[in-house]
This record gives sequence, structure tokens and C-alpha cells, in this order.
Amino acid sequence: MSKIAVEARNAVKAFGQGEHAVRALDDVSITIHQGEFFTLLGPSGCGKTTLLRLIAGFETPTSGTILLDGADITDLPPNKRPVNTVFQSYALFPHLTVAQNIAFGLEMLSRPRAEVAERVGRMLALVKLEALAERKTSQLSGGQQQRVALARALAPQPKVLLLDEPLSALDLQLRKEMQVELKRLQVETGITFVFVTHDQEEALTMSDRIGVMSAGKLQQVGAPRDIYTRPLNRFVASFIGETNFMAGQTVPGGVRLGCGATVDVVGTRPGAVTLTVRPEQVRIEPAGAGGIPAVLTSLVYFGTDTHCHLALSDGAEVVARVQNPTGGDVGLVQGQAVSLRFAPGAAQVLED
Amino acid sequence: MSAREQRRIAAEARAGWLLSLPALLLLAVAASGPLLIMLVYSFLEPGQYGNVEWRFSWDGWFGTLFSRDIFDGTVQLADAHLTILWRSVKLALQTTLFTFVVGFPTAWFIATRPPRARAMWLFLITIPFWTNLLIRTVAINEIIRTEGLINKVLLGIGLRTTPLDMLYSDFAVFVGMTYVYLPLMVLPLFAAIDRFDMRLLEAGYDLYASRWKVLRRVILPIVRPGIVAGSILVFVPALGAYVTPRILGGGKNMMIGNFIELQFGQGRNWPLGAALSVILLVIVMAALLIYVRAANRGTSSHG
Repeated sequence: MSKIAVEARNAVKAFGQGEHAVRALDDVSITIHQGEFFTLLGPSGCGKTTLLRLIAGFETPTSGTILLDGADITDLPPNKRPVNTVFQSYALFPHLTVAQNIAFGLEMLSRPRAEVAERVGRMLALVKLEALAERKTSQLSGGQQQRVALARALAPQPKVLLLDEPLSALDLQLRKEMQVELKRLQVETGITFVFVTHDQEEALTMSDRIGVMSAGKLQQVGAPRDIYTRPLNRFVASFIGETNFMAGQTVPGGVRLGCGATVDVVGTRPGAVTLTVRPEQVRIEPAGAGGIPAVLTSLVYFGTDTHCHLALSDGAEVVARVQNPTGGDVGLVQGQAVSLRFAPGAAQVLED
Repeated sequence: MSAREQRRIAAEARAGWLLSLPALLLLAVAASGPLLIMLVYSFLEPGQYGNVEWRFSWDGWFGTLFSRDIFDGTVQLADAHLTILWRSVKLALQTTLFTFVVGFPTAWFIATRPPRARAMWLFLITIPFWTNLLIRTVAINEIIRTEGLINKVLLGIGLRTTPLDMLYSDFAVFVGMTYVYLPLMVLPLFAAIDRFDMRLLEAGYDLYASRWKVLRRVILPIVRPGIVAGSILVFVPALGAYVTPRILGGGKNMMIGNFIELQFGQGRNWPLGAALSVILLVIVMAALLIYVRAANRGTSSHG
């Protein structure tokens, strides 16, 4: 697990020239381990696809180095890199059958005919498309095309599989199925997956580690749980899940909020700081229970839980998510005075 | 399906037939009629001053391949006819091949330009159609003849001491036909390349294909319908070309079109001309059948 499969060192990619140059990738360094399901997560235009294309070889970095298994591949063309891509549009060859599409990479590598046939058969079984081997790709549904694209990219047994938002064209039901399927394929083949998505749920459910990107920079790298519970900065905290931000001042023993209450926090920074607390980590207790005094301004029913909007004494707004009891409501009414408490370790000091 | 709906569909079908009736009539009268006359004439005797005598004879067909000695009546293979036929097929094939080799990169270039530039390039490609074929061919003649532009330049800068003899040769005909038919190759190729999904190039490179392999295994099979269409549009008229070989090939480098014309003119052998025309038609139809079969293979793989 600890061996490094892909590494980018100070990768910069600028498009355009001179003053109009746009830095799609701004000094990104990242290491992806062998056998890992690594996800690059970020909004569109954050540079995640550019980083993927640098690893695939479709773009060369303006500066910086790309390494594969420790070897510098920065200047290798895509056809010389043991890396395959699953494209967002699938890019299946329309003049070839399903089996011919899957065989393409192996044939280009001049593998013996028997080996190609054997591997194509195994790939078809892996993605459960044996029955459609002789079909033209245009006769397939979106989900089936997706599987062909996967099988085609996996067939040459690449060291790293790159996936460029492969699920974005599928409907919700199919997307959920393919998420499970992708994870299964990754475990079965043991190949390193680098997966690009803007969908935080996809990233959280499938990945071993996530790299969150914004504005051409890597904001945070970590396991899904770390990214969600310990966001480093405001962007990561707000992009993944919902959260509350609160301004405060660092004092001995915690952070003093605008309303005067002092809370225990994780992480320290001197001076004025921003705190983040996930809504499900905010507990509502009866008024006078010793927490932070607040008033319920509104309640929104969400099925599994209720979102309670609360105002603190200085006007700051906090959202708490309370799970609905079976068959009942949460027993709170608008305008009610309550007391708030954050779960231990829930309040996190952000870097900016 | 209700009776009313059935009547409506039948009426639509009738309307479709009615709409295409003028074109069908025109084709029947202007295309099939002359062909039929040609076929009939090829089995008649030549008249003394042209035209035909209405007596059945195989002589027209006999004359396409053989000649009878005027004095002793011995039968020989007509080498000259075969030479002309072979030259026609060879020049038409060469022209088709060369317009493809030159036209493909051109079409690729145009199809990969931004939309506005693309319209400009396509417009430029069609400019030669503005002038008459005869004028364009005479212009080529003016460029390559012994006292023409190329030789003046070559002699002027001292690259040669004697002028190059280019006019009135197979080469001159080939150059002229390539120039004349190039747009007919470029336009269908452009249409096919324009529909080509450029993202497939990256998929090819990603799957270990070199540039050459991507061209052969991805691009060419997918744009094949365009290649077939362009080849038909060039080969068919090139095979029957008349004006270009007449002006650039001179008397001794005839193609079959000129030879047929000769039979209806000075040769005064209409049945032979008619038989040769039928042979030309058969060659073209055979070529078309081969092409169409190739095209079907290409399109069926598109599903």
C-alpha cells in the first residue's frame, strides 16, 4: 500500500500566453499509492481533469514532473504510458464490436492472438457483457457503454486507471449501481484508480483517499472521513456536506464566539478564527441546560431529519440537524428558546 | 389502425410518387432513352457518311477488340483500342488515388478549423466551379506548355537550359484531371471527417496506438463512407473524361471518351462508338458495384 504509483511534483499547467495565461493547475504536488482508489474532487474548472490529462499524457505540464512507479514520464506520449483512461464520453470506437473495442489496446501492444482472445473473454466476464460481445457499441445502453469503456481500459492491465467523471452521463439509479461496480472492479483487479468527479457523495462512498481541488490548487488530501470531519479550510468544509461557520476569538481554553460563549475546539490558531461545526453535531437542549443560549427561528422537515435554524444572542445563525423520531416530530416549535451544545471534538478551527 | 388513417397513409404515398414524377420522367427520357438507342445502334451497320444503316451486324462489337486488314482480311487484336482503354482506366485510377492522397489532408485541415474559418476554406474549394471546365483546362495548358509559365521560370532562373516537354503526355492529362476533380474528393471527405468524433483520437493514443495506427485503425475505417463517395465522384467522370485529355493529351494520348467521339466524327463508325460507350458504361457500373459493396461494409459497422 505504501509504494507510490503516481506522483506529480510541482505540476503547473497554464493555458494561453502572456497576460492572458490561465493557470489551470497551480503548483500541485500529489502522491497516489499503489492499489489505491484515489479521487480528485472539486467543482468544474478546478483543475482536476487537467491533472488527470497530465497523468494520461494528453497534456504536458508547463513546469513540474509526473512520475509513474518512480520513473519520470513527463515527456512520454500517451501511447507509451502504461496508463489507460475511461473517458467521460466513453469514446468507444463506433466501427468496432464490443469485443473488438476491448481487444484494441492489446492488439496495439502486439500481444499474441490467443492471449488477446483470452483476456477479452475475461474482461467481458468481469463487466458482465459476455452476451453482447458481437454487438456494435451504438446498440448499447449508456450503462452498457460505460462497462465496455471500463473493460477496454482495463484489458491491457494498466498500472493506473484514470476515470474522467465516468458516471456523470448515467441516471441516478444506474450511477449508484456503477459506484458499487467500480469499487468491486478496483478491489478485484488491484489496479490503482484515479477517479475524477465533482460529486462529493461519489467521492465519499468509493475512495480510499480524496484530493479536494479548487482554483488549480490541491486544498486537502485525506481519507473520506478525515475530509468530512476535519476539513482544513473554508472551501473544503463547504464543498463537502453542509456546515456552519462561526467567527470567534482564540482565548485560553478554546474559542470565544461572538455571543460570548466559549467552546472547545480542535486545532488552534491565534487571534480571530473561523470555526466549522457540522449540523448533525449540534445538539439542542432545553433552555438553561448550560449550553449556548439560542432561539429557534424556523424548522424545515426533511423526512429522515429536521433542519432547525437557530439564532444566537449576537444574531449569528446556526443550523442543527435533528433526527426525526419514529412517527413523531422533534418536539420543538418556532420561537422557542433553547440551549446548544456541540458534540465533543465537533468544532474545528479552519486555516482561513 | 383505422380506415381513415390507412387512407391518409395511402394518400401520402401517392403524393410522394407525384412529387418525384417530374424527375422520374426526366430520367426515363433523358437517361434511359439515349442508352437504349446506343445499345440498338451498336448492333447496326455504319452508314457511309456517319449515321447507321438499319441492318443487323456484329461489326461494331467485333471492332472494339479486333481489326480486319483492309487488303487481305486477316483478323488482328486491335492493340490501339486496348491501349486507349488501359490508359483510361489507369489515368482514372491514378487520379482517384492522387486526389485522395492530396485531398485527405486538405479535408482534415478544413474540418479541424474553427467554424468561421471552415466556411471560408470550403468557399475557396468551390471557387474553381465558377469557371468553365474548358477555360480551367486551357489555363493548365498555358502553365505547362513548352513556352508556358513553368518553363519560362525554369529557363529564366537557369535551372534548365532546354524547356521541359510536359504537354501532350499522360502526365499532362493526369495533372489536369487531378486539378479538375480534386474538389469532388475534398468535399465528401470533409463531410465525413466533420462528423468524426475527435475524442476517439485520444482514446486511440491512450490505448497504445501510434499516430500511424490511429490513422489506419480508427480514422480511415470511420470516414470510409466519405472516401468511397469521393472516389466514385472522381473515378466515374475521370474515366469518361473528354475535355481534359483532348486539350492536355493531344491526339496521341487519347482516352476512351475522345476515342468514342472520334467514331461519331471523323471515324464515321457509329456502331463502334456505340459499342465502346456501352463498354465504358459497364466498366463504370462494375466499379460502382465494388464501391457500393465497400461502402455498405463501412456503414453497416456504424450500426
